[in-house]
Amino acid sequence: MNIVDRRPNPKGKSLSNRQRFLARARVEVKSAVQEALRKRKVADVEHGEKVAIPTRGISEPLFHHNRRTGRTDHVIPGNKEYVRGDEIPRPTGGEGQGGREGSPDGSGDDAFEFTLSKEEFLDMFFEDLELPDLVKKSLKDTTAVDLQRAGYTVTGNPSNLSIPRTMRLSMARRISLKRPKLADIEAMRERLEEARARGDDEEEIARLTRELEHNERRSKIIPYIDPIDVRYRRFDRVPRPNTEAVMFCLMDVSGSMTEAMKDLAKRFFMLLHVFLTRRYRHVDVVFIRHTSTAEEVDEETFFYSRETGGTVVSTALEKMLEIARARYPIDRWNIYGAQASDGDNYGADSSRCVSLLGGDVLPLCQYFAYVEVGDGMGGSLTGLSRDSDLWRAYSEVAPAHEHFAMRRVGDPAQIFTVFHELFAKGGVRA
Amino acid sequence: MPNTGFADAAQLRAEMPLFTGPNWDFGSLRRVNDAIERIAFDELGLDIYPVQIEVITSEQMLDAYSSVGLPLMYKHWSFGKRFAYHETLYRKGLQGLAYEIVINSNPVICYIMEENSMTMQTLVIAHAAFGHNHFFKNNYLFRQWTDADGILDYLSFARDYVAKCEERHGHEAVERVLDAAHALKEHGVNRYAHRSRPNLAEEQRRMDERRAHEEATYNDLWRTVPQLGGDADDPAENAKQHEHLRQQLGLPEENLLYFIEKRAPRLEDWQRELIRIVRNVSQYFYPQKQLQLMNEGCATFVHYAIMNRLHDKGLITEGSMLEFLHSHSSVVFQPGFDDPRFSGFNPYALGFSMMSDIRRICEKPTPEDRDFFPEIAGCGDPFGVLRHAWANYRDESFVLQYLSPKVIRQFKIFQISDDSSKPSLRVEAIHDELGYRRVRSALSKQYDLSRREPDIQVMDVDLTGDRCLILAHYVHEGVLLEEKTCRSVLRYAAFLWGYGVKLLEIEAATDKVLKTYEAAVEPT
Repeated sequence: MNIVDRRPNPKGKSLSNRQRFLARARVEVKSAVQEALRKRKVADVEHGEKVAIPTRGISEPLFHHNRRTGRTDHVIPGNKEYVRGDEIPRPTGGEGQGGREGSPDGSGDDAFEFTLSKEEFLDMFFEDLELPDLVKKSLKDTTAVDLQRAGYTVTGNPSNLSIPRTMRLSMARRISLKRPKLADIEAMRERLEEARARGDDEEEIARLTRELEHNERRSKIIPYIDPIDVRYRRFDRVPRPNTEAVMFCLMDVSGSMTEAMKDLAKRFFMLLHVFLTRRYRHVDVVFIRHTSTAEEVDEETFFYSRETGGTVVSTALEKMLEIARARYPIDRWNIYGAQASDGDNYGADSSRCVSLLGGDVLPLCQYFAYVEVGDGMGGSLTGLSRDSDLWRAYSEVAPAHEHFAMRRVGDPAQIFTVFHELFAKGGVRA
Repeated sequence: MPNTGFADAAQLRAEMPLFTGPNWDFGSLRRVNDAIERIAFDELGLDIYPVQIEVITSEQMLDAYSSVGLPLMYKHWSFGKRFAYHETLYRKGLQGLAYEIVINSNPVICYIMEENSMTMQTLVIAHAAFGHNHFFKNNYLFRQWTDADGILDYLSFARDYVAKCEERHGHEAVERVLDAAHALKEHGVNRYAHRSRPNLAEEQRRMDERRAHEEATYNDLWRTVPQLGGDADDPAENAKQHEHLRQQLGLPEENLLYFIEKRAPRLEDWQRELIRIVRNVSQYFYPQKQLQLMNEGCATFVHYAIMNRLHDKGLITEGSMLEFLHSHSSVVFQPGFDDPRFSGFNPYALGFSMMSDIRRICEKPTPEDRDFFPEIAGCGDPFGVLRHAWANYRDESFVLQYLSPKVIRQFKIFQISDDSSKPSLRVEAIHDELGYRRVRSALSKQYDLSRREPDIQVMDVDLTGDRCLILAHYVHEGVLLEEKTCRSVLRYAAFLWGYGVKLLEIEAATDKVLKTYEAAVEPT
């Protein structure tokens, strides 16, 4: 007997089968994911999801007997009451009849439930979304470059010398020019010594000497490594796209923002965050809240502490500009802004907001989204009431800037739709 | 009495237990294997392939599940589906994992899970490495159909070939062929060994002989005998030609995949090879489907006998024995038909009971047993009888031969007939004097694969016309095909065949056509 420990073998042997399966069931899984999203909280969005998909697209049909035709015998165990000749009413559910073997592939099941990993889930969720202006357009301005291997070159500095490549070329040259090997010369020399020791005739010794000299000369003429053999690793300098992003979350926390509105805003920010983390290697989040003054706070304070006071939106924009200039130089960072507010603003401030946004903030940002949250009653959002101050003010800016979007959200169910709208591939920009 | 009993037991248990406690290590696996080997060879007379035991994790066990229990498999989404299915059940706790998987190859590969306790590992080695192994090596169906030496090599070839095809022709193209072939895989097996085709030299020799014979026995008189008209319009002649053509094509042919692989007009070589791979894998499993009851019964019987002997010899502790009995009794649990857990006969339970009963009949027969089994009752060599049964029967014939009245009573087996034209089911036979033989033959039929699976054959090909492939389903007892799956399978068949496919449901007794399905090739 032979015992083999297979436990250290690589895991995930069936991973590629799983991918094939998911690709196959794409349509079903996708709609199941959408369905699941409608039900779940945003806070869970980063976890995997159990989805039940109908077996339609993934059935594996085989020829089967139809059990409702013809005459069949069933032999089954567990008779407690029946004697020969008893008539049993036909069971309706098809329960237990005929001992149908448990189908190994679950083909007997109507729906088929399994768990998607977090990655798979988010892939599905964000599948048809894209970030506008993902990469900085002005690549040539950036100073960051990456070195990328690009074959070999005959010139270079010694630290880039490629020894394997050089030796390979050297060997090829030595073989093709028939450079005598060191061992061969040694052997010849030995033979010559032997011949001398034995006292062979002069002619033989002379021949051996000639041969030795000839070979020694050859090995001198044909160098072991010639400058033409030498190769250096070549590197190209390629500008590095920015893979770092910063997301500014701006929220009005004045008294007029209810908990429900803040919850809506939070959901939107979280979705955006998850989305950004999937696109960038590194995402910073800056939380700026404002009443009549703006301040940078941590996440906890941002979402949960209560404030009272008036509303001056422009302070938040100023704060954002200030932080961006100080910490997030535009050539290194992709800057995203998301602002949530109930739309109230100190009357005279709106025009200042417009000029700030249009003049300074938007040129800085890859994308800026403004979400106006309602009180969840829906009524005020249907356009029956007048537009809010901020909405009217921002509407002036919007047409001139492609990467500025504004939306209204009334209740949590709309969050996903709005988010989808904002980031849909080639989607609408308001 | 108790005193002497204890003394005996103490004497029997002179040996030290092979292991104590639940943890296993490689040393004790080896010791256990050696101890089992002595019992298996000397007392049970088993004959096995060499064994390779491989320790795996639960995740690897799930992997093995998804590739239908084989260690290597080509890639296909259906295996991913199976994996997701089992994984969900497992994670929810609805289904435990098998303690082992054993592969019929030479050497037999036996997977054991790392989380098993040492007692379970002992049980698994006895069950798989000895029980299944003996059965694999000796049963006639496995010997005839399964190439234990070559299967792993073949699977690795198949995996690489499919991967190469995917690289060259794209995932989708390969997947389409595999999907279609999978739909027909149950009809891609040879049920009988083929007659070997004579080679060209042989054919030539036979033709020469025939001519020599004709020349030697030439009589001019035969020339004057008037012959039947040989003109082409004669329907009889046409029929004869048609018959000749069918013969040349090897029709009727029950191995649909074989026929398609060899004769489909529009397949490319790599597609034929893919079909062949599916066919070969299916053929590998064909005996297993007919031997489920016996295979599991044999392994369960062997592990039960071995574990008891280990216990008798004092090689395992009382605690281990109790753990074993607990797990054994849940393995051989048979819920009744009205139990929500019921899903047909449990092959472990029925197989184990039948084999244990054979042992009882050989050792302590009752008059009833002498009546039913005169050849083996009281013969005193239970293992000899069992080895004979393991080697020479399959589920269907094993039940027909060895299902004893006692087992029928134990399981309270009864037979009901289900006639779709009548409103209710009728109990035909139960576990009584009149019923034993009826129950036995009915259960045997239930295990007959050729009755369980639809009897479908290639009947004809319209080679001169639209090249339509004509299949026939021979209907027995009026049981038709399930319409929806039948249509989708036919679509797959049409894809492989490249032209239309027709399926006729033909009443086997009367040759009457009951129903016709047609499938055309879908434009790609």
